[in-house]
Amino acid sequence: MSAPMIEMKDVQKYFRVSKGLFKTGTEQVKAVDHITLSVEEGEIVGLVGESGSGKTTLARVLLSLTKMTGGDAVIDGVDLSKATHRDMDKLHREIAVVFQDPASNLNPRETVESSIMRPMVIHGVPRSKAKEKAREVLQMVKMDLKYLDSFPHQLSGGQLQRIAIARALALSPKIMILDEPTSALDVSVQAQILNLLLDLQEQMHLTYIIITHDLNVIKYISDKIAVMYLGQLVEFGPADVVGNHPSHPYTKGLMDAAPILDPRDRGKEKEIMKGDPGSLIDLKAGCRFYARCRYATDECKEKDPENRILAPGHQVACVHPLNIE
Amino acid sequence: MSEELLRLENLSIDYKVKGGYLSAVNDVNLSVHRGEILAVVGESGCGKSTIAHAIMNLLPGGNEEIEGKIIFKGEDLRTYSRRQMEAIRGKNIGMIFQNPLDSLNPVYKTGKQVEEAILLDGIDRVQAWNKVLELYKDVKMPDAEVRANSFPHELSGGMRQRVMIAMMLSRNPELLIADEPTTALDVTIEAQILEIIKDLKKTYDTAIMLITHNFGLVAEVADKIAVMYAGEVIEYGDVYEIFEKPLHPYTTLLMKALPRKTKHEGRLQTIDGNVPRIMDKKPGCRFANRCPYAMDQCKDVTPPEVFVSEEHKCRCFLMEEGKEAEA
Amino acid sequence: MSSKSKETLHACLHNVNFMIGFFMLLSVVLVAIFADKLAPSGYTDFVDNAFLSPSQSHWFGTDELGRDVLSRVIYGTRITLKVAILGASLELIIGVVVGLSCGYFGGAIDHVFTFLTDLTWCIPGTILALAVVTLIGKSLTNSVIAIAMVCWASYARPIRAKTMSLKTMAFVETGKAFGESSAALMFRYILPNVIPSLIVMVSTTLPGTILSTTTLSFLGMGSQAPSPDWGLNLSKGMDYIGSAPWLSIFPGIALVYTVLGFSLLGEGIRDILDPHLKSQ
Repeated sequence: MSAPMIEMKDVQKYFRVSKGLFKTGTEQVKAVDHITLSVEEGEIVGLVGESGSGKTTLARVLLSLTKMTGGDAVIDGVDLSKATHRDMDKLHREIAVVFQDPASNLNPRETVESSIMRPMVIHGVPRSKAKEKAREVLQMVKMDLKYLDSFPHQLSGGQLQRIAIARALALSPKIMILDEPTSALDVSVQAQILNLLLDLQEQMHLTYIIITHDLNVIKYISDKIAVMYLGQLVEFGPADVVGNHPSHPYTKGLMDAAPILDPRDRGKEKEIMKGDPGSLIDLKAGCRFYARCRYATDECKEKDPENRILAPGHQVACVHPLNIE
Repeated sequence: MSEELLRLENLSIDYKVKGGYLSAVNDVNLSVHRGEILAVVGESGCGKSTIAHAIMNLLPGGNEEIEGKIIFKGEDLRTYSRRQMEAIRGKNIGMIFQNPLDSLNPVYKTGKQVEEAILLDGIDRVQAWNKVLELYKDVKMPDAEVRANSFPHELSGGMRQRVMIAMMLSRNPELLIADEPTTALDVTIEAQILEIIKDLKKTYDTAIMLITHNFGLVAEVADKIAVMYAGEVIEYGDVYEIFEKPLHPYTTLLMKALPRKTKHEGRLQTIDGNVPRIMDKKPGCRFANRCPYAMDQCKDVTPPEVFVSEEHKCRCFLMEEGKEAEA
Repeated sequence: MSSKSKETLHACLHNVNFMIGFFMLLSVVLVAIFADKLAPSGYTDFVDNAFLSPSQSHWFGTDELGRDVLSRVIYGTRITLKVAILGASLELIIGVVVGLSCGYFGGAIDHVFTFLTDLTWCIPGTILALAVVTLIGKSLTNSVIAIAMVCWASYARPIRAKTMSLKTMAFVETGKAFGESSAALMFRYILPNVIPSLIVMVSTTLPGTILSTTTLSFLGMGSQAPSPDWGLNLSKGMDYIGSAPWLSIFPGIALVYTVLGFSLLGEGIRDILDPHLKSQ
């Protein structure tokens, strides 16, 4: 087997925040805390968790929008912490991103054409070739070429999201990070974008990391699901296992909270999780899910759960994982 | 069937815009019964929120034209004076909004704000405060007493939404209008709020009109569902019936657009084209330009609302001919 | 874009303040351009006796040296417009560079400049400007520089705030992710989105700049004789206000007219462009 496309080992991102009236003391916020995870080429990995779980920060680390404060991340052979200028250039070309809000994904003052051409222009693609490629990627996202001269305010949410995807494709990336790509869209448009993403992934054998809070979308599109809770990775494994037979109590609570899409499922037993994740600021020792976990024991309160491999490709950080023989 | 609380009769709302009218709501007929949850679902811009605001008489005012009747317990709210409306709002009809931070006053403790609502009914302070704590427990607020003495910014989004619900319940309204009540919240918190809504219906027999774009909520809690498209209710009926056997082509397609399966079971259904902006009230089906079953008459004649059964109606010519959109 | 610019044009044509201000300023600009043709004489020509009151031959009268006041007022428009253009550009350049870099980089740069901004807000502007002119020498250009040194803060602050909110927007982050340089992010991504607010800021602060420069000239720290500067003329005219009021009245009216024109135009532009006041 070839090396994974993305390999993270104990990745950390700690922020320092000032505290107190005179901002004399500082506190650490462990937004991303010891994440170990690897993603194979051509995989679609869904990253889920409540707000504040650190999923967006993790994505920002991968995009080099923020520097990690510890650990190692190797992306397509490039070690992020030791990357030279040249390595960074390679990563900028290989990792593309699409954010949630269609309205702010594109520069309001640039035409569609110029927005799509921009990544190519700064990476030294000649203008004539960039122009040609802009037309090609626009067709790949099934948009009419007449929109090349449009400005973002003239387009609908679905169209804007297609253009953001087209721009992401401009440099023929290997990895796409999609941060809530369909959350702001209506159901019928969401379906269009999800289908488009799947088509593109198949055609180009792309690797996707999709962040979303919509668990039904994640179950639909992902090969693997990674679940984060308060900065830590609590479970990672194949989508049907994590989605339907989770081993971490938090994953179970999260999956049970996913709205059913058929009233006939109302009878199904659900465990509604109590409370909310709380803040990253005063974290106590022991399992971070302790206070909300119905299976918690004294052991959980004292001991930081370690990553356990339950089956090849299925890891969980829990002292008493569910669904194991 | 239980008593009818609210009935909308031929409700149409147009906005005056530059160069004509924008038809936001057209010929809507709906009713909500005591103890029933009616979900009004549709994509953005379909007019669902406009209806909610029209019932509460909370439309911005000035550039809209309303026709038809909004009948609450036998009386047309549109004939009410401003003072009469104020007396009804909160006491008989409550409303919760999407963003729970905007809906609370940041400079008062949340408990005080709920108490304020109770005091409107002429109850003394001690009793009122006890009622606040009772309500906080009803909405499953953890540490009720502490939270009642907290300011809005000290609470999480889910807790704020609980405060809003407590405030609305405080005066025990007969009808609660919830406009996208969980859109700004995490799924886990959404599930908790839905539990509360289900309990409310049981314990208080409150009728709830749930405005949402999220079919998940509908499947979770609704009894009846009204599907809106471009200002019109195109299908209405029992939630089980409509999820199992949608009749209108739009509903049928939408149901298949929901991500209920995995990608290995095939692609999702999509609907080509865009929702039209209806600027002129010419006859014709508003879905005709996107409908795979569209016939010639659909473009020129407005399809009537056809009752397929006593409780299931649909605005489509296919029904008239006794045919059904093939699934 | 064409539909949008058409809409903006429509909004301009229907904005009373904008249209009045626009035509007032247009007249000032035309007078400045065609000063040579319009003025009966040069502004330093001694054409007649001193202190002649307004008459058929000298509409605005003559001054203490026998120069035609009308001609001096007409040539004065050039100075005022020069002040406006030079002042606005200087303030803009300093304000934009400081505001953008504070908002974009944050940290130490931000702390230093925010402190400087606060400082300029704590000292009365005219006094600070006087101090600067005394240091760098009396002249019109120097007085404009002095005013700009005082006024840039009113640009820097809002630009800093706007930059801070724009830099977290998805299109800026995306640009960063595909490798844009900081300079490109600042000037290609953020700046164009600040421009509408900039236009509003320029048009609302310009009258202040003109007035402050005039004040410096009035105090003798700006333009020096024999310049036809309105401020300078006002101050000279004050000596003879009892006997020959036309010496100060006409430059005064011209000043009020121009400043009013800028103010009305500014108000109009703000109504048209400011998204906060626009109700959709």
